[in-house]
Amino acid sequence: MALISDGEFVANDWRHLGDEEDLPTTGKVIVPQARLSEALAAMPADRPLGVIVANTTDPAALAPQFARLALIAIAFPAFADGRGFSLARLLRRAGFVGELRASGRLVADQTVHARQCGFDTIEIPADLAKRQDEAQWRGALEAYSGFYQQGYGAQGSILERRRKATS
Amino acid sequence: MAGGVMAQLKNPQILFASDLRDGEVLFLAASGWSRDHRQASVARDSTQALALEARGKADIAANRVVDAYLADVAIGADGAPEPLHYREKMRIKGPSIRLDLGKQAQIEPAGEPQ
Amino acid sequence: MTAHDPHQAARTNAPTTTYLYDAYDTAFVRERVAEFRAQVGRRLEGAMTEDEFRPFRLMNGLYLQLHAYMLRVAIPYGTLTARQMRRLADIADQWDKGYGHFTTRQNLQYNWPKLVDVPDILEALAEVEMHAIQTSGNCIRNVTADHFAGVAVDEVEDPRPTAEFLRQWSSLHAEFSFLPRKFKIAVTGAAHDRAAIKAHDIGLRIHRNDQGETGYQVIVGGGLGRSPFIGKTVRDFLPREDLLAYLEAILRVYNRFGRRDNKYKARIKILVHETGIEEIRAQVEAEFAAMDRAPFQHDGQEFARIAGFFAPPPYEALPAQSPALEVAKRANAAFKAFAEVNVAPHKTPGYAIVTVSLKPIGGVPGDATSAQMRRLADASEKFGFGELRVSHEQNIILPHVKKDDLFALWRLLDAAGLATANAGLISDIISCPGLDYCSLATARSIPIAQAIARRFADPERQRLIGKLGIKISGCINACGHHHIGAIGILGLEKKGQESYQITLGGDPSLSASIGELLGPGVTADQVPDVIEHLVDFYLSERQGEECFIDTWRRLGHARFKDVLRREGEDGADI
Repeated sequence: MALISDGEFVANDWRHLGDEEDLPTTGKVIVPQARLSEALAAMPADRPLGVIVANTTDPAALAPQFARLALIAIAFPAFADGRGFSLARLLRRAGFVGELRASGRLVADQTVHARQCGFDTIEIPADLAKRQDEAQWRGALEAYSGFYQQGYGAQGSILERRRKATS
Repeated sequence: MAGGVMAQLKNPQILFASDLRDGEVLFLAASGWSRDHRQASVARDSTQALALEARGKADIAANRVVDAYLADVAIGADGAPEPLHYREKMRIKGPSIRLDLGKQAQIEPAGEPQ
Repeated sequence: MTAHDPHQAARTNAPTTTYLYDAYDTAFVRERVAEFRAQVGRRLEGAMTEDEFRPFRLMNGLYLQLHAYMLRVAIPYGTLTARQMRRLADIADQWDKGYGHFTTRQNLQYNWPKLVDVPDILEALAEVEMHAIQTSGNCIRNVTADHFAGVAVDEVEDPRPTAEFLRQWSSLHAEFSFLPRKFKIAVTGAAHDRAAIKAHDIGLRIHRNDQGETGYQVIVGGGLGRSPFIGKTVRDFLPREDLLAYLEAILRVYNRFGRRDNKYKARIKILVHETGIEEIRAQVEAEFAAMDRAPFQHDGQEFARIAGFFAPPPYEALPAQSPALEVAKRANAAFKAFAEVNVAPHKTPGYAIVTVSLKPIGGVPGDATSAQMRRLADASEKFGFGELRVSHEQNIILPHVKKDDLFALWRLLDAAGLATANAGLISDIISCPGLDYCSLATARSIPIAQAIARRFADPERQRLIGKLGIKISGCINACGHHHIGAIGILGLEKKGQESYQITLGGDPSLSASIGELLGPGVTADQVPDVIEHLVDFYLSERQGEECFIDTWRRLGHARFKDVLRREGEDGADI
């Protein structure tokens, strides 16, 4: 898989744990959702741990583990399935401050959607990365100078900028 | 299944597609895509039909056409393939309520495929 | 950055009556064009597959249809200026085949654009503050509104500021651009609903509570298509300042829980039906309560800014009656008919609302040539502050015509083939493009409309019949809104032939209802006969001022079914 952060392909220091694999003693691993309790029990509290969850996950079920999770990856089984964007919003609202990663089939044109909804990074399979080069990911980030929605993304919305211009 | 048992088709078939760049209806002919259904290659058995589909898929992957599919035809007295279903009959002509638009309005001699 | 773009100030003879873009809006549409131009380039060279490109192509209004691509241009809340109408005409001439089709969602469709030309078309649109953003795709679509907005006698509040506010909020929404399915919102601000709000995913009715405050009745889960539903009220009164937050709550519930396993069960109407309105309301209210409302605290200020653009134009102080109009009616029978059928009362004395019918007998419903578009633009400038509306009934509205000017307007329209006096009558048929154009269609719809119109061409007979809405769809997707037609016609395939099912009793207004099936499908040739039998029966049974649907409701569906059964017994092939 390839990892994109801020429109660039970056090195990935997280690794997905296989379903049958033993929990390693070193390194940053992203465990499948079904093995989260096992990982929490086995690992020391100060080891960074990641989990990959279905886009139908109930945020309330994950919230108790936030303090132990350095990364939550949300699976995107198909790029037309936008449930991950709502889940990301809800996880941030619930207080998650670690890395949020969109993982799966996303295209470069979804990079602003991901960023505005609270994702830090996007992880895509190699076949997509071959066709969606860095220029496309960076271009997508720079495509728009403003957005209308409020409360999405760190930059002020168009409505806020209008208000400030007249005050 | 290529090279396998030659199954009979219920009807002969031709391959429809749409041109990616301009959206016009195209037909797979012997040496390329034609805008004229009379040029279309006719598949008479399943091997030929699969071969048409395979060429269609290749040209989809090559970003030349989209939405390639086989359609049943009958061979007319003039040897030209005529679609059986009324939807494909529309596609070789144009809107029935605007006879001045679409393929029906283009005066074509039987053209060469591209 | 100033709020108002100074370039927009230079409009002669056309005071502001609708929203004008500021520099931010202008930048947004231009950036959208640049993005799509790049996406087309990536598609052509194969960086994007068709599956990857399709959602973005659709979110820019571009379909692949039966004979060609089709571009659906947004006409937000059905309002456009003369300048914009002229640009639509120019685009039709330069990049299409000299005409366009006005749709049942107040948009315009071009039937023959080339993919490679669409970025240039979008740029030509952006130059006049138009776009094709989100007119298709699994996202929030064009927010439609009452086509008599701002001028109707029964209006509580102009719905267009709300519609514009929602248009901006819904444009490129980071969270709600990949919904289970399309999402349609309609707004009305009058006692009579001319926007069919109960047939939309969200319908909003502006009204005042007992304290005199203005707010919204929020209706959710309406929709036509394979399984039609009338929307249900999720909130009787929503204060204006909560509008965006509440809608986000609804969209979030839908985005999370709408079905994604079956395209025909993916609209919010199915979620409401399967979950129940009580549970949906509970989920929406819970989400609304949990949201951080701080981002929305200044919405009132922005709403007021937008509303300022929709202030009434500088009407003259005129007497309520126009002697000149009465004289002209007495002198010209054709004009008299037009004045009585196509003209509606206006809230300002001395003015009138004119419906320009795009349903000439035997014509294609909703189509206009580029010459006609230019003539309409001229008419709007001469007789109405340069503003036009598109109704979901596929007609054009001139909303600010002086009664004194009606005759001169009629003559201008008549010369352009735009004076058919049939607004709301039986030949004012709503029809989707159907199998003549649409790749989703199962049958043709336009020839059916033409045949019915020709059968009932006689103007006196039409006036005798009175208001009767016939709506025709060429497939179950119901873009012709047949479910909510007093007479609905659905074109299907039966045994390799086009076959037409007829329904009765549909109603798009606040007393909304879905039509009931009359019987098995009939052939295209039989449709005008069936309609004629139904109409004759109605005429023989109606009491007082009843229009068709009133008589149907009073007598019941079975009586109408009997009409055809009797005809069948007489040997008619029905």
